[in-house]
Amino acid sequence: MAQHKVNYTQDGGLPVALTSIDKIVNWGRSNSLWAMTYGLACCGIEMMAAGASRYDFDRFGTIFRASPRQSDVMIVAGTLTKKHSEFIKRLYDQMTEPRWVISMGSCANTGGMFNTYATVQGVDRIIPVDLYLPGCAPRPETLQYGVMLLQKKIRANKAGRAQKAKRLM
Amino acid sequence: MRAYKPKDNVQAKAYYTDRYYVAPQVPKSDVSEDKVFAADLEAIKAKFEVKEAYIQVEQMVIYINAHDIYGVLELMRDELEYTQLSELSAIDWLAKSNQFEIFYQMLSMTKRKRVRVKYFIENGQAVDSVEKLFRSADWAEREMYDMFGIEANGHPFMKRILMPYDWQGHPLLKSYPLEGDEFAAWYEVDKIYGKEARDIIGPELRDTARVDRYDSERFARLGFEVPKGTEITGDEERHVESYQEEDGVFLIKKLDKESSKVIDDPQR
Repeated sequence: MAQHKVNYTQDGGLPVALTSIDKIVNWGRSNSLWAMTYGLACCGIEMMAAGASRYDFDRFGTIFRASPRQSDVMIVAGTLTKKHSEFIKRLYDQMTEPRWVISMGSCANTGGMFNTYATVQGVDRIIPVDLYLPGCAPRPETLQYGVMLLQKKIRANKAGRAQKAKRLM
Repeated sequence: MRAYKPKDNVQAKAYYTDRYYVAPQVPKSDVSEDKVFAADLEAIKAKFEVKEAYIQVEQMVIYINAHDIYGVLELMRDELEYTQLSELSAIDWLAKSNQFEIFYQMLSMTKRKRVRVKYFIENGQAVDSVEKLFRSADWAEREMYDMFGIEANGHPFMKRILMPYDWQGHPLLKSYPLEGDEFAAWYEVDKIYGKEARDIIGPELRDTARVDRYDSERFARLGFEVPKGTEITGDEERHVESYQEEDGVFLIKKLDKESSKVIDDPQR
């Protein structure tokens, strides 16, 4: 191991950065948004593409987790059926606060083209949604743009203040 | 059916309908035209009553009695080499005759032939399960129960297969509305939040033509995003999203879009 003297006062200054608690907490929260894989339909393929090497979500700090306990943001990608609706609520409740939801694609936003008896007409009937992404299906760029918008939204929050728990009702 | 006439001027006669029009039918031919089918039909007729039989699109269609179905399929599987049951379901004729038509699509790999076995049952009547003969009938009969409400006697697990167990109604009936009845409309709200939550969550928005671009509760345009509930006037400023902190990150120089060069020509 190299044994050399580092003179902090001369070489680039002291390794000290000054910031506020709000900023450092929001910096941490917004830059490691671990997403829960919630591919329900064809939007899930675009979500996987966004996570894979060509678009590479890792460089945004977004890593897909298969467990709600470890994830911060739920990306609902695809058609939510009524049979599945109770499970999305259960998984959302299992995520730890603070948590966010991105509704990806027309089906998750409004039911989309599935104007039928078996489809939930918008995932916001079940869980509170932070961001709606239009498209059928949205391109991976759109999803990345959406995550960037969510990061911006998180940074706008006061981290020091007690967070109000999100509830649909 | 009348001979085809060119309909070049059809726009001018938008309300014209042919009084004598008959819907085209797929032509049927006699079973005796095909030796293999004729022999099969004879073998079935020797043991069971066959009400009607014909060949349509190179497939034999036979109508039998509802209580004979297990015996007919057993005979076809064991002696006539129809070893596969491709499909099984029902057709809703309730409005016409208060009946269901049940069909079984059989395939013989050795003979390279397909036979459709059909029969009618009254509304509310159950059918005999053929799950003991063909494993493929297991899920098909469950789906038939799920979609039409026709139960199969002798089935080992007669429950819904696609819809949830606590669902009410059978969606493939012609009387079932496509957008669902009241139970379907409130299913997820009732189940998760309870009936008292109906007023808070509100009814489903099912008008597909409804587009409100100033609806910030649900939608905003890309590049013009606003927080939920903001009043949108339409003259918002466009903001370009850049992946960096507002004031820059420690030790990292912020990218200046103005000083960067965009390569438009992909060939360059």
